[in-house]
Amino acid sequence: MKVLIAIKRVIDYNVKIRVKSDNSGVETANVKFSMNPFDEIAVEEAVRLKEAGKAEELVAVSMGVAQCQETIRTALAMGADRGILVQTDAELQPLAVAKLLKALVDKEQPQLVILGKQAIDDDSNQTGQMLAALLGWPQGTFASKVTLGDGKAEVVREIDGGLETVEIKLPAVVSTDLRLNEPRYASLPNIMKAKKKPIDTVTPADLGVDVAPRLVTLKVEEPAKRKAGVKVASVAELVDKLKNEAKVI
Amino acid sequence: MDFEFDETQVQIRDSIQKICAAYGDEYWLEKDRHGGFPDDFARDIAEAGWLGIALPERYGGAGLGVTEAAIMMMAIAESGAGFAGASAVHINIFGLKPVAVHGTEEQKRAWLPPIIRGEHRACFGVTEPNAGLDTARIQTRAERQGGEYLVHGAKIWTSTAQSANKILLLARTAPLEATPNPIDGLTLFYTDLDRRHVQVKEIEKMGRKAVDSNMVFIDGLRVPVDHRIGEEGKGFRYLLEGFNPERILIAAEAVGLGRAALRKATQYAKERHVFGRPIGQNQGIQHPLARSWAELEAANLMLFKAAALYDAGRPCGAEANAAKYLAAEAGFHACETAVMVHGGMGYAKEYHVERYMREVMIPRLAPVSRELVLSFLAERVLGLPKSY
Ligand SMILES: Cc1cc2nc3c(=O)[nH]c(=O)nc-3n(C[C@H](O)[C@H](O)[C@H](O)COP(=O)(O)OP(=O)(O)OC[C@H]3O[C@@H](n4cnc5c(N)ncnc54)[C@H](O)[C@@H]3O)c2cc1C
Repeated sequence: MKVLIAIKRVIDYNVKIRVKSDNSGVETANVKFSMNPFDEIAVEEAVRLKEAGKAEELVAVSMGVAQCQETIRTALAMGADRGILVQTDAELQPLAVAKLLKALVDKEQPQLVILGKQAIDDDSNQTGQMLAALLGWPQGTFASKVTLGDGKAEVVREIDGGLETVEIKLPAVVSTDLRLNEPRYASLPNIMKAKKKPIDTVTPADLGVDVAPRLVTLKVEEPAKRKAGVKVASVAELVDKLKNEAKVI
Repeated sequence: MDFEFDETQVQIRDSIQKICAAYGDEYWLEKDRHGGFPDDFARDIAEAGWLGIALPERYGGAGLGVTEAAIMMMAIAESGAGFAGASAVHINIFGLKPVAVHGTEEQKRAWLPPIIRGEHRACFGVTEPNAGLDTARIQTRAERQGGEYLVHGAKIWTSTAQSANKILLLARTAPLEATPNPIDGLTLFYTDLDRRHVQVKEIEKMGRKAVDSNMVFIDGLRVPVDHRIGEEGKGFRYLLEGFNPERILIAAEAVGLGRAALRKATQYAKERHVFGRPIGQNQGIQHPLARSWAELEAANLMLFKAAALYDAGRPCGAEANAAKYLAAEAGFHACETAVMVHGGMGYAKEYHVERYMREVMIPRLAPVSRELVLSFLAERVLGLPKSY
C-alpha cells in the first residue's frame, strides 16, 4: 500500500510571532521554520505503518517556496521514501492545497493520505476535509489512533468531551491529532540516507490547478495584551474580589 | 560566498536541538551541583549516531566535515548544556582523527566503530604538569621492550579519565637531546586505560563539574606495539594536524554557550521591571547585549570560515586560532554580561548564567591559551619574531 503524507513548512513553534508593522501579515525574515508539528505526527504514523509491514511506500508532499525541500528532507530522514515538492511563491490557501493534493492523489493512487489536522501558522483546519470532499473519499479527522484492517481503517477521533471510533473504507483521508503518537527525531545515519532519496519538483501549472487565492486577508493584529495579575493576601480577599470585582461568583 | 546552512546542516542543528530539549536547565543545574557524568545525555547522542559525524562511513561514521561537527557542537552548547554537555561527547568527535588518518586498517576496524557507538570512551593524555603549553617538552617516556612499550610518567587535566576505558597518549620515545627538531621523538598511542598501572585523581575545578578532569599517574603501563599510531617519533606531528579542527569545535561550543547566555539575559531584560519599566529599555542594559550579539556573530563567521577552509583541504591555522580566540572572548563577554543584566539574581545558581560564566572560562584557557594563540598569529600572520 502506498501512503501519501502532506507536510507544511511553518514558523517554528518556539518562535515568538511578530506582526509586520503594516499589519499585512507576520514577520518571516530571519525566523526559524520547521515542519508543522501535526504533520510530524502524520509522518511518524506513516513510518510506523511501514515498519509494521502495512505500507510499502511513503511519499511526502510539501507545497510552497523552494525551501520546503528542507521540510521534505526531514520527512525523508524520519523514514519517508521519496518526496514531491509543488513549488510556488504564490500564497496557498487550504482549497488550493486540497486541489493540488487531489491532483497528486490522482497521479500517485495512494490508499491512504495522512495529514495534520491543522497547521500551526493559520490554524485553518480545512485541508484534510476539503481533500476528502474533492476525492469523494471517507475521512477520519482528529485521529488519536489508527488501526488498519483489510480494505478499511478504524480511527479513534478526538471530539469534544471524549473519543469517537469510526470505521472507514480505504482509500481514505486521515488527519492527525496531538495524541496519535510521539514523532521520532532523525538520527544521523537516517539524515545521511535521506540525502540520496529522490525529491520531484512540480508546479501548480504542471498539475493543472489554479491556486489563485479566494480569500483576502484584510488585517493581521497582535492579540490584546493581558493585564498584569494581582496577588491576594488571603482566601477571604480572593472570594471578595471574585464576588465584587470579577462578579463571577 | 554562501552564508546559509544547507539542508543537511539545518537537519543536523534541528535534530541535535530536539535531543537536547529533553535535557533542560534543571538537569544541567543538578549536574553542576552534584557532578556525575551525563551518561543518559551521552547515550542519546550516541544512539542516534552522532558520535561518528566526522569519522569515515566505512567504520560507521557519517564522513561529514568539521563544518557539520561544529554545527552539532554549537547546538549542544547553545541548548544550555554548555561545556558540560559539549565536553561529554567532544573527544569522540575529533579525538580519534589521528587513528582515522594514520591508523592501520586493522586499528580502524577495531577502534572506530566502538567509539562511534559510544561503547568506548576515550580520554586525551597530552598535557603534562611539567611541560604546560610547551608540549614538545613532555616527560612521559615510552621505552620499547620487544613487542611492547613500557610507559612511565604523569599527565594533567586529562578529561573524562574517571570513566574512560581508552587513552590517546603522547609519550617521548627518543630523548629530547637526540632529536634535532623538538617536535620529533614523540609517539602517539591509543591503548587501554589499565587502572592497575594508571592512577586517576580528579581535580576539583571551577565549573563543568559533570565532566571530570584529572591528574593521571602512569607507572609501568605496558602498551603493545600495535597500539602505536603511525610511525615512532611522529606522534606530535599527527596531533598537530588535529589541532585546527579541535580549535574550531571549541570555538563553536564557546559561541553556543555565549548565545545561551545572551538568550537568558535578553529574556530577563524584557521581563524584569524596575523604576517602572523593563530594565531592557535602558541603553545601559541594551548596549552590552547588542555588543555581545555582534561579537558572537563575528566569531561565528570566523569559525565557519576556518571550517570551510579545513573541509576544502586548505590551510586554516590562522583562521582556526583566530576563531578560538574570538569565540572564547565573545562567549566570555556574553556570559559576564548575562550575569550583570540579571543583577543580584545573576549570582544565584537557579538563574543558570553564573554556571555559564564558570564554564566559559574553559575555552579561554584550553586547549591552548589566549596568549599562545596571539603569539602564533603574531609570528605566522604578521611575520614577527617567534616568541615561544
Ligand atoms: C577544563 C580543562 C580540561 C582540559 N582537558 C584536557 C584534556 O582532556 N587533555 C589534555 O591533554 N589537556 C587538557 N587540558 C589542559 C589544557 O590544554 C592546558 O591547561 C592548556 O594547554 C594550558 O597549559 P597549562 O595549564 O600547563 O598552562 P601553562 O603552559 O603553565 O601556562 C600558564 C600561563 O602562562 C602563559 N604562557 C606560557 N608560555 C607563554 C609564552 N611563551 N608567552 C606568553 N604566555 C605564555 C599561558 O598563556 C598561560 O596564561 C584541560 C584544561 C582544562 C582547564
